[in-house]
Amino acid sequence: MIAEAGLAALWLAAAMAVLQLVGGLTLLRGGGQLTPLIKPAAYVQGALCAFAFFSLMWLFYITDLSVLLVASNSHIDKPLIFKLAGTWGNHEGSMLLWVAVMSVSGAAIALFEKRIDAKTLQATLAVQGFIAIGFFAFLLFASNPFERLLPAPLEGAGLNPLLQDVGLAFHPPTLYFGYVGLSIAFSFAVGALLTNQVGPAFARAMRPWVLAAWIFLTIGITAGSYWAYYELGWGGWWFWDPVENASLMPWLAATALLHSVSELATRNALRAWTIMLALVAFAMSMAGTFLVRSGILTSVHAFAVDPQRGSFILALMLIYTSLAFVIFALRIGSVKQGEPFNLVSREGGIVANNIFLSVILAVVLIGTLYPLAAEAMGDKISVGPPYFNKATAPIALLIMVGLLIGPLLRWRRDDLGRLKYWLVGFGIVIVAATIVVGQLAPDVGIFPMLGIALAIPLAVAAWLPLRGRKLLRTPLPIYGMVIAHFGLAVSVFGMSAESGFSKETLTALAPGEVAEIAGWQVKLDDVRPVVGDNWVATEGTLIASRGSNTFVLRPQSRQFFKPEMETSEAALLTRWNGQLYGVIAQPDQEGDGRWQVRLWWKPFVTFIWYGGGLIALGGLIALFGRMFRRPKKATTRKWGDA
Amino acid sequence: MKPKHQRLLLAVIAVIALVGAGLIAAAALREEASYFYTPTTLAKANVAPGKAIRLGGMVQNGSIVRAADGVSITFIVQDKDQTQKVAYRGITPDLFVEGSGVVADGRLRPDGVFVAEGLLAKHDENYVPKELAEIDMAAAEHTKDTLSK
Repeated sequence: MIAEAGLAALWLAAAMAVLQLVGGLTLLRGGGQLTPLIKPAAYVQGALCAFAFFSLMWLFYITDLSVLLVASNSHIDKPLIFKLAGTWGNHEGSMLLWVAVMSVSGAAIALFEKRIDAKTLQATLAVQGFIAIGFFAFLLFASNPFERLLPAPLEGAGLNPLLQDVGLAFHPPTLYFGYVGLSIAFSFAVGALLTNQVGPAFARAMRPWVLAAWIFLTIGITAGSYWAYYELGWGGWWFWDPVENASLMPWLAATALLHSVSELATRNALRAWTIMLALVAFAMSMAGTFLVRSGILTSVHAFAVDPQRGSFILALMLIYTSLAFVIFALRIGSVKQGEPFNLVSREGGIVANNIFLSVILAVVLIGTLYPLAAEAMGDKISVGPPYFNKATAPIALLIMVGLLIGPLLRWRRDDLGRLKYWLVGFGIVIVAATIVVGQLAPDVGIFPMLGIALAIPLAVAAWLPLRGRKLLRTPLPIYGMVIAHFGLAVSVFGMSAESGFSKETLTALAPGEVAEIAGWQVKLDDVRPVVGDNWVATEGTLIASRGSNTFVLRPQSRQFFKPEMETSEAALLTRWNGQLYGVIAQPDQEGDGRWQVRLWWKPFVTFIWYGGGLIALGGLIALFGRMFRRPKKATTRKWGDA
Repeated sequence: MKPKHQRLLLAVIAVIALVGAGLIAAAALREEASYFYTPTTLAKANVAPGKAIRLGGMVQNGSIVRAADGVSITFIVQDKDQTQKVAYRGITPDLFVEGSGVVADGRLRPDGVFVAEGLLAKHDENYVPKELAEIDMAAAEHTKDTLSK
């Protein structure tokens, strides 16, 4: 009964989306007879989608096995939190979540957005309805989450054991929220193009959505990276896997968009540029969904893969983005030129940021899609970390150089001579740090060396925009910017230290034997079987000591039953200056009493995720400042506050 | 600078940047993209030692040899017509067993042995590396022959 109600709600919500679109079309024709319906339709669409989503969640809560999706993804014995997480831990449910968040966001825009004029708001909601129609069609015709299964099974098939992890239960929805936020930004951009309202008011309306999407993507990528690091047991934190790139590309586009939309909002420049980035960001989030869902590229994170549904998403992506680019081409002539600026200025710095980010995005996109193009021509090719590291690292370092200077520049026009002492100072620190790192470790690669050399001055320079400000009266978004830029320095320092200075040992130990790594003595104390809820494991006890400190690590090699699968649970020992990472493998067939043990010492590796957390925190502070700004201040606010 | 010129300048910069991105990508791809081979195509291809490639096929029955250090192995990857010796040092994937499919990342040593840096076996019951999904049929047939011998 609940399942049928949820399905009916989806059909009705789809009808509301059609109404929004039709209303929008009458607006374009000049008549606008149906435009009063657009806002109410958006409210109802949001409410119906929320109802449909909570219906599905209820079905998972009571484990209604007569629903196919529940039966194939849940199990009566599963812990409650994972039953609930099962709602979106599968293809159909995650698409329903996507649509529900998008519809509720649409309703929120209809309800709260007062900064843009009525027509632009209606056009925006019409575009949102148009996007929603595609996803409703996808849900209703190709991935119905409420499909019944008769007769109902007795216990259910279970959830992929890799997904039975609290972090991972919340990882995919986090990324989805980011994708949805970019779809809202896209709706605003196309809406403003259609009504010729591309300007600061539109940018201020769009900015919180871009910021929110960017925060979710940042958290999602950071958490996903840490998850891959400890769950896969390979010691790496980023594999340049297609699924990872699928989340990185929208993030890169969103980062560029975030900077340019701020400039449009405060300085009324970069109009066409911002619109273009909004379109690209949405295209990238659709491409991301497509790459993840279609399984068209080999991935270590491939689950819930279905080529047929992938082509549906591909078709949606092509329809929306090509239509949007056609509108862009037709309308861009009517978008007026924004305020001019000198190239040496804050605006110039933001343009440089946008260009470098776009270049990285293009390089990642080419590398990710190249195997597909090659396959179409009959070659089987894979593009891995060597390509991505080589092609992206130099550009990322250039961004760091730009970031040293950019935030210190004034709006409109500036003179580098004014900053000459800072520039010379940065130069001295960079050269000195490069030399020191080169002396400490002559065989460390050029990129880690430069990464550390740039991260150190950036960690200081990031705070300089606060110089000369009254700290209590400084707007929160400035603090947000400063913290996010500092977070980038922290993260890059971690990445460089990890990739340049990690130590690894791979050996076979009998109980009682000792391995040595980076000053640590690690003894395999014993190995014994351990039993969990739905798995059994071989657990090793490693006793690690350095100086007078002694710690115990317990890596496991787990075997799950439903479905059958093996995973490796790495054991991590976190110190302030790095992590000791231990993995134990199943014994080999001969069984000579030795166990394969793999150990890493990863200096400052945790900084990668601390930095990611700081970047997201900076975004949250900025978002908070934007949403709860004291209204009186708004009118006297200085132009310079981006 | 007139506003119109500024817009043009920005557009030109953007185009140059995109062309630059394409050139960077093309240069890096030429050096770093790794081609996929089966033992048969590898035997014909004359690949230079040291070039990163991928090798896929079946692990020949009885071919896994474990070294005394407990972490190094050698094995033979086969397809219908050819075999290729592979050396690997590391923890093997859970589903890496004789008679099943494997994809190895690595390089040829001058002596003709393929040194694997990473092994990809089946992840779980439902997941098969894409490259293997296509060659499994032919290779499986061959495996049956060796089993019956």
